[in-house]
Amino acid sequence: MRSIVPVLTVVGVIFALWYAAAIWLNAAWAYDKAKRADVALSTSELVADTWSQEKPRLPAPHQVGAEIWKTTGAMVAKGRAFSKRSLIYHSWITLSATLLGFALGTGLGILLAVGIVYNTVMDRSVMPWVITSQTIPILALAPMIIVVLNAVGISGLLPKAMISMYLSFFPVVVGMVKGLRSPEVMQLDQMRTWNASASQTFWRLRLPASMPYLFASLKVGMAASLVGAIVGELPTGAVAGLGARLLAGSYYGQTIQIWSALIMAAALAAVLVAIIGVIQRVTLSRMGMA
Amino acid sequence: MTDKQAENTGTEQTVILAEKLDLTFQTNDGPVHALKGVSLDIGKGDFVSFIGPSGCGKTTFLRCMADLEQPTGGTITVNGVSPEAARMARAYGYVFQAAGLYPWRTIGRNISLPLEIMGYSKADQAERVSRVLELVELAGFENKFPWQLSGGMQQRASIARALAFDADILLMDEPFGALDEIVRDHLNEQLLHLWARTEKTIAFVTHSIPEAVYLSTKIVVMSPRPGRITDVIESPLPKERPLDIRESPAFLEVAHRVREGLRAGHAHV
Ligand SMILES: Nc1ncnc2c1ncn2[C@@H]1O[C@H](COP(=O)(O)OP(=O)(O)OP(=O)(O)O)[C@@H](O)[C@H]1O
Ligand SMILES: [Mg+2]
Repeated sequence: MRSIVPVLTVVGVIFALWYAAAIWLNAAWAYDKAKRADVALSTSELVADTWSQEKPRLPAPHQVGAEIWKTTGAMVAKGRAFSKRSLIYHSWITLSATLLGFALGTGLGILLAVGIVYNTVMDRSVMPWVITSQTIPILALAPMIIVVLNAVGISGLLPKAMISMYLSFFPVVVGMVKGLRSPEVMQLDQMRTWNASASQTFWRLRLPASMPYLFASLKVGMAASLVGAIVGELPTGAVAGLGARLLAGSYYGQTIQIWSALIMAAALAAVLVAIIGVIQRVTLSRMGMA
Repeated sequence: MTDKQAENTGTEQTVILAEKLDLTFQTNDGPVHALKGVSLDIGKGDFVSFIGPSGCGKTTFLRCMADLEQPTGGTITVNGVSPEAARMARAYGYVFQAAGLYPWRTIGRNISLPLEIMGYSKADQAERVSRVLELVELAGFENKFPWQLSGGMQQRASIARALAFDADILLMDEPFGALDEIVRDHLNEQLLHLWARTEKTIAFVTHSIPEAVYLSTKIVVMSPRPGRITDVIESPLPKERPLDIRESPAFLEVAHRVREGLRAGHAHV
């Protein structure tokens, strides 16, 4: 209970600022309309107008809320949850690419980390490339990945997942290398005194020791994956997915649609990261590490 | 044990034999002579303590026996074979200064870890775990995690772990260094009982003269720069040692000799 109060306070402050900003940003258009219609606006009329424009610069929270409801809950009620107009459908498209990319990125990241920890040649040769890969702006790279994969006949889910993977493997490599190297020299010496094989040392010492690092990386990787999937939907003019909604919204000045897609993406990220958090808590407490 | 020295000629069978052992670490500040011309033999069933000022090479010597460090000169054999072969044969348990229990394993599963690695059967593992827990008086703590135990209990658990498998050599590097006097006395007493019951050969590093004299059949005094043995004292104390033996004249005499040995070592520097 005690933790809910500060959270609600912050939410309240955000909403207040948001409504105020909506008045400020949308007032110009409201005055413009009033001038053309040749009427004078009272303050309350002005406020009412700025919070209910069709294409506001900044939509008010309740407008975004209504739009999200219209494209999610209301669609479900009508039994059309997966129609092209439903935000649930678009979220699912993005989510599937995110999850596939996340799984691929996590797998690749763990494999690379194991290679780097066990092989000095890989340690010296791979790590610089891993770091370099993240210095290339993904916005420049994404279209190329999409176009190249399209050229070889791969389109749809996989190219987007590749971009997700590209963004999400990095935190996993970095975290897992650190995690796999986290056992102390003493613990490794101990394994040696028992004449443990390399694979026994890996499964019984290095891997369990790396778990806290892995979960921290997975959270970052999951968020990066979602960004990757959305970015992957932008350059192709995709017709489905949250990225496509963002793009379409900006073509037609549908700010309410843009904002509802943004909020949806944020909520999706929060839920995904929270799920990893729950798995983390359960796993680590079972391991006696939390 | 299937070593060649099984039928040794002497009255006492040699378990660890070091001859003119040298170990020089190459560091950025030049070579460090951690061990120089160290010769020693440890017989079966001996309890040998190593004592000496910090940096005299006690840990290094123990690590050479355990094949965790490679000597740069001389020879060392364990059970008549190289330390590496002895390690492969899982001839010894090594107790490090810190307990080093795995936080994600319960005490029971920490102790069964070497057993898993060595391929003991599940039933055998369970039987051994409960037996060694009994031995170090930790019965009932099998399902606790390490952080739920005090430092002394953790250290006992780590000793139990080294006792769980059939190694008849126990190498212990300041195992009680971090514990308070009372707990230490208690563990010393337990260790002696354990040694009497299991007839293991024990090499034990300590900084405490009373501890060394109380526990050992043989006390090895070392001095630093270069690390070497300055005195080897055979203890005249009986095998049966109640705690108050530490006030007996015989005990004090041995302690005095150890102290003299340590002083002499310092004078060399
Ligand atoms: N890996 C290493 N690299 C370089 N020098 C080392 C290494 N290990 C030990 N030494 C040096 O070798 C010497 C002996 O070290 P050792 O750890 O054996 O001493 P010790 O008698 O166990 O001391 P303490 O009582 O403090 O534990 C020291 O001078 C130490 O600095
Ligand atoms: Mg030491």
